[in-house]
Amino acid sequence: MKVDRASRYTRTHEWVRLEGDEAVSGITDYAQEQLSDIVYVELPAIGEHFGKGEVYGVVESVKAASDNYMPVGGTITAVNESLADEPQQVNTDPYGAGWMIRFRPDDPAEIEQLMDAASYEEYVSSLEGAH
Amino acid sequence: MARRTELYARHVALNGRMIDFAGWLLPVQYPTGPIEEHHTVRRAAGLFDIDHMGQIVVRGPDALPFLQHVLTADISRMATGEARYSLVCYDDGGVVDDVFVYRLPDRYFIAINAANVEKDTLWFRYHVGRFQATVENVSEETYMLALQGPQAEAILQKLTPAQLDKLPFHRATESKVAGVPTLIGRTGYTGEDGFELFFPREKATLLWDGLMEAGAPLGLKPIGLAARDSLRFEPKLPLYGQEISATINPLEAGLGWAVSFEKGEFVGRGALLKVRLEGPQRKLVGLEMVDRGVPRHGYAVALDGRTIGEVTTGMYAPTPGKYLALAFVPPTQAAIGTEVQVMIRGEAKRARVVKTPFYTPAYRRQPA
Repeated sequence: MKVDRASRYTRTHEWVRLEGDEAVSGITDYAQEQLSDIVYVELPAIGEHFGKGEVYGVVESVKAASDNYMPVGGTITAVNESLADEPQQVNTDPYGAGWMIRFRPDDPAEIEQLMDAASYEEYVSSLEGAH
Repeated sequence: MARRTELYARHVALNGRMIDFAGWLLPVQYPTGPIEEHHTVRRAAGLFDIDHMGQIVVRGPDALPFLQHVLTADISRMATGEARYSLVCYDDGGVVDDVFVYRLPDRYFIAINAANVEKDTLWFRYHVGRFQATVENVSEETYMLALQGPQAEAILQKLTPAQLDKLPFHRATESKVAGVPTLIGRTGYTGEDGFELFFPREKATLLWDGLMEAGAPLGLKPIGLAARDSLRFEPKLPLYGQEISATINPLEAGLGWAVSFEKGEFVGRGALLKVRLEGPQRKLVGLEMVDRGVPRHGYAVALDGRTIGEVTTGMYAPTPGKYLALAFVPPTQAAIGTEVQVMIRGEAKRARVVKTPFYTPAYRRQPA
């Protein structure tokens, strides 16, 4: 499993990274691997506001549909339009070309309270161990 | 507790993701993923562990009249070595199972669905009655692999003395593969040319390893259940429990070609004849999404806010690269081009009735 050291993580397997005064988010490498081949991504409208933990979109894999949760509250400023035609970018480059949303966080400090890469790796191995 | 097939250790070594399917632990996919596996079978070849499938052998002087009684297809004019698709129906026309019947010199060999092994065996036995025929469930001792794709013949030919270029589609021969006595059927469930192999269970790893080695230079890869589903979906090959079931009859599912009313009496004939005369209440059609979204099994099909049918199988179809579904709709909404909606997470997404199959099987294409 790959992690992005510059990102913070949720227990629902989203990553979020501050870039200037905006944040970028997507799903983690662990999440894309669990989901298998991704065939469709439903993204929100620009300008929509979501609270922390609210569903902002859906990822559909060959297996099933699963919700994407807002890592912290914020207002959508951009979505990754290229996922409409190439959703597999989420599989091949989850922390890069497979990003899903950019948003203006309500409180950027909230991001610092999420798990860092090392804690997320530990969290995932605890899930794997539970099998 | 799900059972392991003889090849469990092979799948784990290949990093297959194991799931419980009809009581068997089988790989749903290998690390490259189902879409890549799907393309591999369309372009080169794939090897499938399908030991979960069951097999029944019918013998005796009345084997033919017995099978004519329990099967919908007319198998009376099948040549030795021929294989044919049939349904097994209840008295009300619902489907007990869909099967492949092989006529062999001394017996009929019938491939049946994993989830239906016990049910089919009992159903057949209860119908033997006055017929001088025996029904034997040979699923335990019989192993089944499928080798499918344009390179299948070249790969299998390396391991068998049987002349495969002389074995047409839907024919079978008893020969040897890697020295193991094997029933080789030129059959499959992918829409590609290929073979299904039946042989003694204890030889499973020997044949798997032999085929994987012989096939490696020709691009052979192991294929999981997810790609098996997308490969059968595109050419509209039905899956028991989805396109056909105890509550769906063959005429609704577009399988009337496998029902012979001319051959005389068979279980379910009266009910099916009534459907044929009155016309089916619903029809299985192909849908292509107009709005983006993934249709899935069980989703409602709607027309102006009213539910009119249901998706039996839906997915992103890798070969055409489209979001497609098979669905039951009323005959009045079944014409090509009809606009309907599929309810995806509470939202009505537009879809259009399109021609099926979504993929023309290799064996149905006109030679160039």
